[in-house]
Amino acid sequence: MNRRKLIELVGAPFAAFGVAVVVSSIVLVLAGYNPLDAFDAMWSHINGTDALIDAINDAAPYYVSGLAAAIGFKMGLFNIGVEGQYRMAAFWAAVIGAKVSLPAVLHVPFILIVAMLVGGAWASVPGVLAVKRNVNVVISTIMLNSITVALVALWLKDSHFRYRPNPADLVPKTKTLDRSAWMPDLNAAIEKIGFHFPANTRLHGYLVLAAVIGAVFYVLVWRTRFGFDLRMSGANPSAARASGVNPNRMIVMTMLMSGALAGLVGMGQMLSEGHLFGDQFPTGLGFAGIAVALLGRNHPAGIAFAAFVWSALETASIGLSNVEIPQEIAKIMQGTLLLSAVVVYEIIKRQSAAATLRAAAETTRAKALEVSTA
Amino acid sequence: MIDSTAIVLRGITKRFPGVVANDNVDLTVRHGSVHAIVGENGSGKSTLMKILYGEQPPDEGTITVDGTVRSFKSPRDAIAAGIGMVHQHFMLAGNLTVIENVILGDEPGRKWRIDVDVARARIAEIGRRYGLAVDPDATIDELGVGERQRVEILKVLYRGVKILILDEPTAVLVPHEVDELFTSLRDLTAEGVTALFISHKLDEVLAIADAITVIRAGRTVAHVLPADVDAHQLAELMIGSELPTPETRDDTVQPETVLALRGLCLHDGERVVLDEVEVVVHAGEIVGIAGVEGNGQRELLDIVIGIEQADSGSILLEGEDVTTLSTRHRREIGLGYIPEDRHHDGLVLEAPLWENVMLGHQTRKPFVNGPWIDKRAAIERTEQIIEAFDVRTPGAEVAAVALSGGNQQKLLIGREMLTDPKVLVAAHPTRGIDVGAQAVAWDAIRDARAKGLGVLLISADLDELIGLSDSLLVIYKGRIVAHLDPARITPGELGSYMTGAREASGATR
Repeated sequence: MNRRKLIELVGAPFAAFGVAVVVSSIVLVLAGYNPLDAFDAMWSHINGTDALIDAINDAAPYYVSGLAAAIGFKMGLFNIGVEGQYRMAAFWAAVIGAKVSLPAVLHVPFILIVAMLVGGAWASVPGVLAVKRNVNVVISTIMLNSITVALVALWLKDSHFRYRPNPADLVPKTKTLDRSAWMPDLNAAIEKIGFHFPANTRLHGYLVLAAVIGAVFYVLVWRTRFGFDLRMSGANPSAARASGVNPNRMIVMTMLMSGALAGLVGMGQMLSEGHLFGDQFPTGLGFAGIAVALLGRNHPAGIAFAAFVWSALETASIGLSNVEIPQEIAKIMQGTLLLSAVVVYEIIKRQSAAATLRAAAETTRAKALEVSTA
Repeated sequence: MIDSTAIVLRGITKRFPGVVANDNVDLTVRHGSVHAIVGENGSGKSTLMKILYGEQPPDEGTITVDGTVRSFKSPRDAIAAGIGMVHQHFMLAGNLTVIENVILGDEPGRKWRIDVDVARARIAEIGRRYGLAVDPDATIDELGVGERQRVEILKVLYRGVKILILDEPTAVLVPHEVDELFTSLRDLTAEGVTALFISHKLDEVLAIADAITVIRAGRTVAHVLPADVDAHQLAELMIGSELPTPETRDDTVQPETVLALRGLCLHDGERVVLDEVEVVVHAGEIVGIAGVEGNGQRELLDIVIGIEQADSGSILLEGEDVTTLSTRHRREIGLGYIPEDRHHDGLVLEAPLWENVMLGHQTRKPFVNGPWIDKRAAIERTEQIIEAFDVRTPGAEVAAVALSGGNQQKLLIGREMLTDPKVLVAAHPTRGIDVGAQAVAWDAIRDARAKGLGVLLISADLDELIGLSDSLLVIYKGRIVAHLDPARITPGELGSYMTGAREASGATR
């Protein structure tokens, strides 16, 4: 049983990765490239401390985004709107965060709380619509994504939220946050234990936040009554309901939490890197989160692994430009990885279900024979 | 006909790793007979039928149909050989007509056009020949349960099948529908159709079968003729030991009311679902509600549980008005619930047993401690249930899906009884489970009743309903139409009240 679990846990992702490598190789060959050159270039790029640190930094927002999606998935609620929610939250966190001046110990938490509140409030819209008007969450969150992108672009372009000290300034952006709102990096702490960072590389403080969120997620979902209600609602809504779970309340609560987590997705960029919201603010983190949650099977440890693989593939793809192979091959790898992971997980799920059935059948059978021969 | 055997199974063995589901099973079925196969759940009869219907290949043994040895790769092959299955759960599209359902997957006509007239003629011909009367243009939704079953049978016959496997065909029928089914079966066999009849209900088996095969623990333990055995002997062959009965003898009814339903009404659009329903359950009393499915009893239970809200009327639980309170609140007061469909409303199949045992108690000690789940306490409680209710499982960490239906039901009943509820709402508590599990369920309900539990019981098994209940109400078209004494009524009489053929005085109080 334990050996099976281990194989399941470790073997499945590797099998999926293998399939992704094979499919990408086929694509590369068809396009007239040597797959070995491509993988070699990717590997030699990622195989350096600075690239690795980049990959780790970039994995953190994917991780948080994956958790935001996963908490909804856990109860069968498909919040596809993390994309819009994190953008909405990041915009308002930037605007409000720049308006206040606080000491550093308060400024960072203040901005985080604003982001969570905005994200949660924005996500509760589809939640309330689902409960009150029976609107499908998938559809409403997808549509709200488009609405959010347009709204934020509008506010950024043409409102007093835009920071434009010089009228000739063409780049739409919010005001840069005060220094007190910049998250410290982890370099100093880690160099104390003897690791030396290459010049111009920083390990983001946001990683600590992401790790804490992961731990809280685990405890909340697997150790608390709320998490129990959440998981049961996801696995069998009508049984959960008969047990006393209020499905409407669960939908709104889960959307609020998912949205609050989504609000934190953009905070790595906001507090550790750019310190403002502009048209250069990263997009697609929410959609990547859905993929990462699927790949990591809605478990914080799995999602951490998936987020790292996802971002490592992206970082490694930069190396492809050295051998003049299109970087899009990394996207193909991500896609096939996801697809084959879903297939492999399903196969393993069926096998382990069959194994439990057999184990139980054996016990039943043994007892039945005892009775009939007695 | 020279060869009088329709099916001969010889030495059928089916192993699943570590388990032998069928062990050297022999079966000979005569042409034009009704051959009953009886056995407890998990005895291997469904595996045997799956093998015969081509859903699973046997590891050893031969299947001979009409004198030819066959091997089936899929049900398609079985149908081609003349074997068809009438499933227990109807596989019909409710919004399509009878014709459309019957021809689905085997439409006459060519390419894009379906020749409805040909289909109609053939269905009419089959109906005439075998005495299966159904309006071919009615939609399935308009039909009663008995008629739907006839459509299922028509569907199979339409494919040219001469051997019918009927899986628990009477489970969903009321007595007069059972009689109609049996009449049809006799007509069918007179026309040369062979029927394999799978059932738990031994009286019915004895009434209809020409021959009976008993299966226990994967082996054929007896071939008997109905004339040579009675139901009691047959049941003992089946389980290999003494029999339980549903009878509750001593009177434990106490004066205080634990559940009172006052003037409950429910409408679904124009349709009246419940009409001024009044029910009183005292401590130590089992109140049975008899009714043909679809007469409002399901909705009534949903309202008592709090999943559905009545349009008017009130519910008093332990003297407290809970009409507007949540399911959770009602459960905390002491409401237990055995749902009609344990897979749909009772259990989370992929979750481990201990989580399933928590379900419904997840706001109470010892399962939770403030906001925290106490897994150790939950496992301890689960092990108590496994022990006390004889749940056959490798352990408390196993997923519920791994248990057989009877064991799932025992776990569920154990769970509901564990926290000493004041009122138990039980829908078909022993539906589709074997005699052993049935005895455990009845004992549990009787023991709790002796300790003052009030039970609201719904069951399609009229023997169970009459045997367990202290008082009996009949619901018909959403109205309580009769208030009967279970000590003085037979299943046949009860059946006629249920179909509205009889109305009792003093029904509407």
